[in-house]
Amino acid sequence: MKIHEYQAKELFRKYHVSVPDGFVAFSVFEALVAYDRLNVGTAVVKAQIHAGGRGKGGGIKLAHSRDEVKEFASQILGMNLVTHQTGPEGKEVQRILIESGIDIARELYAGIVLDRAKSQFAFMVSTEGGVEIEKVAAETPEKIIKEWIDPDIGLTEIQARNLAEALSLSGKQIDSAVVIFTALWTLFSENDCSLVEINPLVVTTDNDVMALDAKMNFDDNGLFRHQELLDYRDVSEEDPAELEAGKFNLNYIKLDGNVGCMVNGAGLAMGTMDIIKLYGGEPANFLDVGGVANPKTVANGFKIILSDPNVKSILINIFGGIVRCDRVAQGVIDAMETMEVNVPVIIRLEGTNSKQARELLEKSPLEFLVATSLADAAKKAVVSAIGGAQ
Amino acid sequence: MSVLVGNDTRLIIQGITGSEGSFHGGQIKEYGTNLVGGVTPGKGGQDALGVPVFNTVKEAKEATGANTSVIFVPPAFAAGAIIEAAEAGIELVICITEGIPTADMVNVNHTIKDLPTRLVGPNCPGVISPGKAKVGIMPGFIHQPGTVGVVSRSGTLTYEAVHQLVAVGLGQSTSVGIGGDPIIGTTFIDMLSLFAEDDETEGIVLIGEIGGTAEEEAAKWVVDNQLKKPIVAFIAGQTAPPGRRMGHAGAIIAGGKGTASEKAAALQDAGISVIKSPAEIGTTMAKLLHS
Repeated sequence: MKIHEYQAKELFRKYHVSVPDGFVAFSVFEALVAYDRLNVGTAVVKAQIHAGGRGKGGGIKLAHSRDEVKEFASQILGMNLVTHQTGPEGKEVQRILIESGIDIARELYAGIVLDRAKSQFAFMVSTEGGVEIEKVAAETPEKIIKEWIDPDIGLTEIQARNLAEALSLSGKQIDSAVVIFTALWTLFSENDCSLVEINPLVVTTDNDVMALDAKMNFDDNGLFRHQELLDYRDVSEEDPAELEAGKFNLNYIKLDGNVGCMVNGAGLAMGTMDIIKLYGGEPANFLDVGGVANPKTVANGFKIILSDPNVKSILINIFGGIVRCDRVAQGVIDAMETMEVNVPVIIRLEGTNSKQARELLEKSPLEFLVATSLADAAKKAVVSAIGGAQ
Repeated sequence: MSVLVGNDTRLIIQGITGSEGSFHGGQIKEYGTNLVGGVTPGKGGQDALGVPVFNTVKEAKEATGANTSVIFVPPAFAAGAIIEAAEAGIELVICITEGIPTADMVNVNHTIKDLPTRLVGPNCPGVISPGKAKVGIMPGFIHQPGTVGVVSRSGTLTYEAVHQLVAVGLGQSTSVGIGGDPIIGTTFIDMLSLFAEDDETEGIVLIGEIGGTAEEEAAKWVVDNQLKKPIVAFIAGQTAPPGRRMGHAGAIIAGGKGTASEKAAALQDAGISVIKSPAEIGTTMAKLLHS
C-alpha cells in the first residue's frame, strides 16, 4: 500500500522525524487557511499523488505571498499531473500540501529498503539528494552508502553515526541525523513498511537536519496487524477495474493491449502474456484467478476483462491441478450463458480431467475456440483479436 | 536418486487439522509419501489422516522420527511455525503458506541461518520426487519419474513445464517450487548445486520471473562452478510493466532492476538455453538431452 506525502509526514512527526510545518488542503480556500495558520512568508504548494517526479511535472511550486498560494493552489488542484511514474495518462490532483518554505544548505538522500539478496533491510544514504536515486544507483553506485540491519538488534547508534558521517555532516548535524535515522528505522519496523524514502533530506541554513519529502510504502502482507494504517488508503489513486477485481479476490492489472487473459497462477499468467506478445499480439491484462477457478470466479473474471473496451479476444488458460478442468469448463459455460460475451473466447484447459472438459466445451452450443496447446492457444487468441479489431 | 524428498522422507504436516492441511495432506498421503504425523497446537493426542497429532514439532519429532515438515498454517503464524520446526531439528521445512509479512521472513532467515535446517518457500507449491514422495500441493499425477530436475519460482507454470517434459517423454528426478516471495529459503543456486551433485539428474529446467536478482546470481554460479549439465531457462514477465507487482510479492520490476531481459541475458551469457516461449520448455530440453 502506498500513502501520500502528507500522511507519511504525519507518521514522521509521530516518530519525531523532523519535517517542515504543513497542512493538507482539498480546496483553494483550505490552502489559504493553511497558509494563514503557517504564518510564514514563503510556502511550498505540493501536489499529493502516489507518484514521484511531481516537481518536474509542475506539481510543486514555491509561493512567496498569499496571492501566489492562491494562484498555485488553483493551478495545481484538479490539474492532470503527468510524471515519469504516472504514465502518459497522468493523475488528477485532488489534494495539496501547504508547507513552510525551508532555507536549504544541502540536499541529501536517506531510505530503507529490502535487500533481497541479503535477506535483510538496508539503510541507504547518499550525498546526491534531490535527484532520482535510481539514476545515482545506476551511474555512481559508490555514492550510495549502506548499512544492513540485524533484525534482532535494529539499527545501532554506531551504524546511524556511520551513515551520518558518510554524508559529511558535522557537529550538531550529526546528532540530528542520528536521531532521525534511528527514529526512521523504528517507524519502518513498527509498521511493516516495505519502503521509506526521504529525498531530499536537507540540512537547513540553521544547521538543522529535516525531511523535506517523505515517501512510505507498506507491505500488504503485514497490513493485517496495522488496521489503523488502512485509513490512509486513497482508493482514488488506484485503477477502478483493479479495485473491483480485488473485491472478488482476483489479481488484475490492466495493460494496453487487446487480448484479454484469464489464467490460474501468477507465473503462468505472466507466461501467457509473454507468449501472446511473441505471436504478435498485445496482452490487455494480467489476471490471476487463483487456485479456485469456479463458475463465480470465471464470471467475475469475464466481467473485469470485458470492462476494458480494448479487449478483442479472451484467452482462458487454466492448468488444472487440484482444480478439475471439467469444473472450470462448466464454470466458463455457465458464466457465458448468463452474460453477454461478444468477443471470441479461446480456451485451453490442461491437467486434471482435461479430456472431459474438452468434451463439455464441444457439446455446448456456445462458441469457443478450443486450443490444444499453449502455443496453439496464443496463436488463436492473437488471430482472433486481429480479426475482431478490423 | 532424487533430491530433498524421496523414500527416506518421514513427513509431518504443521497445520494438519486446518482445511488446507487436511485436504492437501490427504493428497500427499494418497501419493504414497511417508506421512508420520501432524502438529496442531491444542489438538495433541488426536488422530488426523490416520496419523497422530502433536501439540509441538519437538514432540512430533521425538515420537515419529520425522525429518521433513510441510507447513499449511495461516500467514500470521507461519513464520513462528518455520522457526519452531527448525529449532526442533527438522532437516527440511517446506512452507506452502502465501502472504507472510516480509519482516517476518527477514527474522526467519536470520534465525535459521546457523541451524542445519533447509527451508523451501514460503509461497510455493512444494517439492516432488515422482514415484517416491510428494510434499506439496502440486498435482502428483502429471509427473513421471525421470532425469530432469525442475526448479521454479512459480506454481502452475512449473506444472506446465512438467506437462511439456512428460509430453516429450522426459520424467523428472525432482521438481521444486522455490516460491514467489521476495525472501525465500532455498534459492536457485542451492537447487542447482543439489542437481549438479545428483547422478540421476541429467538436465535442469529453471523457471524464473521478474524481480530481484536470483536468476543473475544463478547464472554467475553456473559459470563459477562450470556446471556442465544442460539447462533450459524461461523467465516469465517479459511483458510486465515496471513498478507493478505481478501477483507474486516478489515479481516486481523496481527501480529499473529485475527485468526479464537482464535476467535472460545473464543466463544466456552463462551458456544456458534461454527460451522466449513458455511453450518450448519440453522440446528444448529434449533437443539438448538427445544431442
